[in-house]
Amino acid sequence: MCGIAGVCSADGSLIEPALLQGMNAMVRYRGPDESGIYREPGIGLANVRLSIIDLGGGHQPMHNADKSLWITFNGEIFNYLELRQDLITRGHRFKTDSDTEVILHLYEEQGENCVRSLNGQWAFAIWDSKRRKLFLSRDRLGVRPLFYSIVGNDLVFASEIKSIFVHPEVSRELDLLALDQIFTFWCTIPPRTAFKNVFELPPGCSLTFENGQAHIHSDWTLDFDGVWNEQNSEEEYVEELSHLLNDAVCIRLRSDVPVGAYLSGGLDSTIITSLIRQFSNSELQTFSIAFAAPELDESLFQRETVTFLRTMHQEIYCDFSDIARSFADVIWHSEKPMIRTAPTPMYLLSRLVRNSGIKVVLTGEGADEVFAGYDIYKEAKIRRFWLQQPASKRRPGLLRRLYPYQANLSKQSDAYLQSFFSIEKHTDANPFFSHMPRWELTSRLKLFFSDEVLSAIGSYDCLEELRAQLPAGFNSWPPLCRAQYLETAILLPGYILSSQGDRVAMAHSVEARHPYLDYRVVELGARMPPNLKMKVLQEKYILKRAFGGGIPSSVVARPKQPYRAPDGKSFFAGTGPEYVKESLSPERIRATGMFDPNAVSALVQKFTQGSAFGVKDDMALVSILSTQLLVDQFVTHFQRGGSSCATSNLNYAVLS
Amino acid sequence: MRHIESELRRFVVDNFLYRRQSHFSDDDSFLSMGIIDSTGMLELVSFLEKHYGIHIDDTDLIPQNLDSVTQMAQFVRRKLLIEEPAAAISSNATAYPA
Repeated sequence: MCGIAGVCSADGSLIEPALLQGMNAMVRYRGPDESGIYREPGIGLANVRLSIIDLGGGHQPMHNADKSLWITFNGEIFNYLELRQDLITRGHRFKTDSDTEVILHLYEEQGENCVRSLNGQWAFAIWDSKRRKLFLSRDRLGVRPLFYSIVGNDLVFASEIKSIFVHPEVSRELDLLALDQIFTFWCTIPPRTAFKNVFELPPGCSLTFENGQAHIHSDWTLDFDGVWNEQNSEEEYVEELSHLLNDAVCIRLRSDVPVGAYLSGGLDSTIITSLIRQFSNSELQTFSIAFAAPELDESLFQRETVTFLRTMHQEIYCDFSDIARSFADVIWHSEKPMIRTAPTPMYLLSRLVRNSGIKVVLTGEGADEVFAGYDIYKEAKIRRFWLQQPASKRRPGLLRRLYPYQANLSKQSDAYLQSFFSIEKHTDANPFFSHMPRWELTSRLKLFFSDEVLSAIGSYDCLEELRAQLPAGFNSWPPLCRAQYLETAILLPGYILSSQGDRVAMAHSVEARHPYLDYRVVELGARMPPNLKMKVLQEKYILKRAFGGGIPSSVVARPKQPYRAPDGKSFFAGTGPEYVKESLSPERIRATGMFDPNAVSALVQKFTQGSAFGVKDDMALVSILSTQLLVDQFVTHFQRGGSSCATSNLNYAVLS
Repeated sequence: MRHIESELRRFVVDNFLYRRQSHFSDDDSFLSMGIIDSTGMLELVSFLEKHYGIHIDDTDLIPQNLDSVTQMAQFVRRKLLIEEPAAAISSNATAYPA
C-alpha cells in the first residue's frame, strides 16, 4: 500500500528530481516507511511505501531483470502467490517475495492484458522503456485512487490530486460542472474530478501514453446481463457464495504485518470478522465508532459481536466537536466537496487503528451494493409497487415503515409522501427511477449557487452525461439491478471507497481491504436472481442464509441501520471552531464566488438560532462549508512542495 | 388581515428559499414548486405552532391546509378561531422575529 506519482514527457526531457520528491512529499502519509524515485529521459516515477508484504524486499520503483520495465504500485494483488507459482513454472525467476514483482513478470508475458489475471485493489504505472510507453491501470471497483492531467507534452499522474498540483504547469481551478454533479450525485462521474483538467482514471480502466497520445481502455465493467442466463437453485448460490467469500477473506489476510477489522455492529462487518476468526485463532483487533447521539450509535450490537467473536476491541467516541475539529483535515484528504460529514468519524477511526500498531483492516464495505442492502433499493421497490396502484391506501404505509428513524415521515399524509417520493412523477421508463428522489433532494442545494456559477453551468445536464455512459444492456436489466449498478458505479467509487474509504484511512497510513468487493463475489452477486438479494422487503437475504449461523442472531434479526454521523449542527455546538465562521462569512463567500452570500447568511442564521431542521439544511451547510474549505486549501492557499500536513491547511483557515 | 400572509411568505422565503427567490404568488403550490421536503414540513408545523400558538394534529398535515401561502393563512385563521376566537379577531398575534 503506497502513494504513487510520476511524469511522462512526450518530448523525452528529463524530469527534475525535486518535482518527483515534491509529489511524494504531498502524500507521505500514504507511505511513511520508504520513498523512492526513478528517472530516465522522458519519465519520472515516484513512490512512497507503506510496507505490508515483503517488508525488506519490495522497494519501489521496481524494475525487471533487464531494467526495461519500471513500476510504481499502490495496492495489493491478493492472488499474487498463485500467480507467482504459475510464473515460476513457466520459467520466471523472482528476486523478491513481493506482489509488485509479480505484476512486472505478468506484464512481460501478457503486456496490458496482465490486469485481467489480477485479483486485488491497485493503481500502478509501468514504464515500458523499449516501447517508450507508459501504462496506468486501476482496479475493477475503484478501491485505489489514480488521477492524471495532461499539460503541454507531459502526462502527470498521482494517487492524489495534491501531488499533481505540485507540477508547475498544472492550474488549480474548480470545475463548475463537477460542482453541479456533486450537488446531484454526491460525487463526480469519472473521469471528471472537482478540478478542471484533472481527471480520474475510471475504475476498471487502463491508460496508455505513447508518442504524446493518451488512450483509455476499459478492462472490466459491472454488468448484470448474466442475470437472465442462470437457473441455479438457492442452495447452489448459497454454496458458491460461501466458498467465494471465504476465499476472498482468506487471501485478504495475506500480509507480513498483523491484520485487524472494522466492526460496525451491522451484518456485513460481523460476517467478515466471523470469517477471519475461522482462519486464525490468534488475537484479532477490531475497531468501531461509538456516537454520543443515541440515534446514530450501534455500540450495543458492537459489544455483543465482540463478546461472541472474542476480539480485542477498541472504539472511538465521536461527538459534535470531534466532527467540527477534523472536518477541514478530511476535506484536505478527500479533495472534493462533500454533502455529509460521515467520512470524518472514519478518519478518526483510522487514527486509532494506526496508534494501535495496525496497518491493515478488513471491512464490510461493498455488501450493501453487491447484495442490495441499502434502503434506496427498498424505497424504489415500494415506489414502483405504489405506482401500480396510486390510489392505494395501504401501499404508502410501507414507505413510512421503511424509515422508522425519520419521525417526520411517519406523520405525513399520503399526498405529501406521494410528492416527496416522486410517485407518478417518474415512471419505470426513467433509467434513474430508483435514484431520482435522492438526486432531486440533493439538487435543491443548487439554490445556493451564485449567479456566476449558475450561468457557467447554463443548460448543462449532468443526468444526460450519466445517461451517455450507461452500459448497452442497462435498460434490459431487472429494476433492482439497475439501481445496484447506479450505486456501485457512482457512489461506491466516488464517495464510499474514496472520501469515506481510501482517503481517510490512508490519511493515517491504514490500508482497508474489502472482501465483498472481490470481483468474483461482485460478479456472482450480479448474476444472482434479484429475489435472492432482496426477498420481498428483506435486504441481503442470501448473505443471511449463507452466514447467519456464524454470528449473533440479534445481528441477523436487527433492522439495517444506515451509517450516519452528526451533520450541520456539529459546526455550531458551543462556540464552534473559528474556521467555520471565517469560511462562511459573507466576505469569504463573495471572494470564493461559488455561492450567494445572502442565501448562505440565511442558512447560517438558521443554525445559529437553532432553527435549522433536518436533512436539507444539514446537507446545505456541509456542502457549502466543504466547498469553501476546498477552494481555500487547493486554490487560494496551496503550497507546491510545501507541507503536506493537513493540519497546516487547517491553520490557514484559522489564521487568514 | 394581510399580515398573516406576509409573515408566512417571509417565513417560506427565509427558511425554504434562503432569501434566494421571492417571486411566487400567494396561490402557488409549494409542492409543485418543489420547495418543501419532508423535514420542511416539520419545520413549517413547528413555526406555525410556536408563532401562532395553535395546535396542529397529524390529520391536519394535508396539502389542502398547507400547500400555498393562501391555504396556510386560511388554515391558521380557522385554527385561531377555534382555539382562541378573541386573538383571531384582534389578529396579528406577535411580530415576526427579525
